[in-house]
Amino acid sequence: MNYLLAFLFSGFVCLIAQLIYEKTKLTPGHICSLFVVIGSFLDLFHIYDQLVKIFHAGALIPITSFGHSLMHGAMAATQQYGIFGIAMGMFDLTAAGISAAILFSFLVAIIFKPKS
Amino acid sequence: MSSHFLGNSCLIENVYIASAGLTAGMVEAQGPLGQKFDKTYEDHYCGEDSFEKGERKMLQDALNFCLQKAKKKDKDIDLYIGSDLLNQNVTVSYLMRNIARPAFNVYGACSGFALSNALAALLIEGQCIDNVVTLVSSHNATAERQYRFPVEYGIQKKDTTTFTATGAVATLLTNKPTNIKVESITLGRIIDYKQNDPNDMGRAMAPAAYDTLMTHFHDLNRGFDDYDQVVTGDLSQYGHELLKEMLAQKKIYPKNYDDCGCLLYDIHNQDVFQGGSGCACSALVSMSYFYEKLLNKEMKRVLIVSTGALLSPMMTFQKETIPCVAHAISLEVVE
Repeated sequence: MNYLLAFLFSGFVCLIAQLIYEKTKLTPGHICSLFVVIGSFLDLFHIYDQLVKIFHAGALIPITSFGHSLMHGAMAATQQYGIFGIAMGMFDLTAAGISAAILFSFLVAIIFKPKS
Repeated sequence: MSSHFLGNSCLIENVYIASAGLTAGMVEAQGPLGQKFDKTYEDHYCGEDSFEKGERKMLQDALNFCLQKAKKKDKDIDLYIGSDLLNQNVTVSYLMRNIARPAFNVYGACSGFALSNALAALLIEGQCIDNVVTLVSSHNATAERQYRFPVEYGIQKKDTTTFTATGAVATLLTNKPTNIKVESITLGRIIDYKQNDPNDMGRAMAPAAYDTLMTHFHDLNRGFDDYDQVVTGDLSQYGHELLKEMLAQKKIYPKNYDDCGCLLYDIHNQDVFQGGSGCACSALVSMSYFYEKLLNKEMKRVLIVSTGALLSPMMTFQKETIPCVAHAISLEVVE
């Protein structure tokens, strides 16, 4: 059941993204940023936390979860450092993801040459 | 010397095409005209280590074929006029480093073929110089990177997208009579129909093509019937349809009108979206298919309207629309 739920939610997010891409002039960059913002907004009243509880990986894999993690990191640091915590903690939880993206892009760029 | 400007057009009397060299990429090689090119390449690198160097290699090869066929050396040419799609016209400039002859770079986006040949024709007709080689190139991977997204980014393409043709064409124009002459030219005006989607170039350019066609017919008092074939450069399917609709509003239903973007590829079986675009698109089709038809005298006179979308990514980021231009050149068999 968990697998199915994860599949449905993640697929639903992708479906919305594809519809936006095809029906509007927004680029993938716009859509990606939009979803990050939506994810962080959904942290309001812990909506996204509820989604993660229900859909598990289905809610953690899409880019919306990145926004949610940004928000969580920022909020956690705010408890400790006050308002400046927003800047200090913003990337706490997402650091691994960002570093991995940089590292793996670097490795792939060394090994492969783009084809046409 | 009786030729003079009639409106935006000019009849040309003493300019002939001596030879042409054509090179093309792998997708073009698999297309219906694949056998007609002098050389095709297996990948987009053309044996070089970057796409830009590959494009330059293609243009160099095209130039070599062109000069070889006319039995000329690169030093015999009075002037080179080159047009490509990259910023600062790097393909032409970097190629011309090795050839110690005068060179102009002109930019007219995909209208480069008609633009450079029209300029060359005017210079020769004015008896300023004897011979000119025009160089035209475009490359799918370099142009996509510059105008849209790098190919390796792997973005999903929209249905309205056109496929930048990979190829290079060098054409030698001279005042010494040959079998085919440049018969007339029409210089295009810049037209902006407030289209701002860089993924739908065909429909942006159609109004410019329409304007140049109508100007040409009006200036020279001609119509579609005066030509065996009229082709536009790279409107591709959507743009081609739009132009036909615009003509239909004037009650013109030409049977001899086609688009190079639709002729260069087998649109239904090749993965090229709406068809070809790029400087090389009109150049490859004109100098292979139509040049051959003219040489064989299967056609007497053709009109080539190369269309260009004068798009800059910086301007589209600033939400500006895309101005477009079309230049026309007609080729005729010398009786």
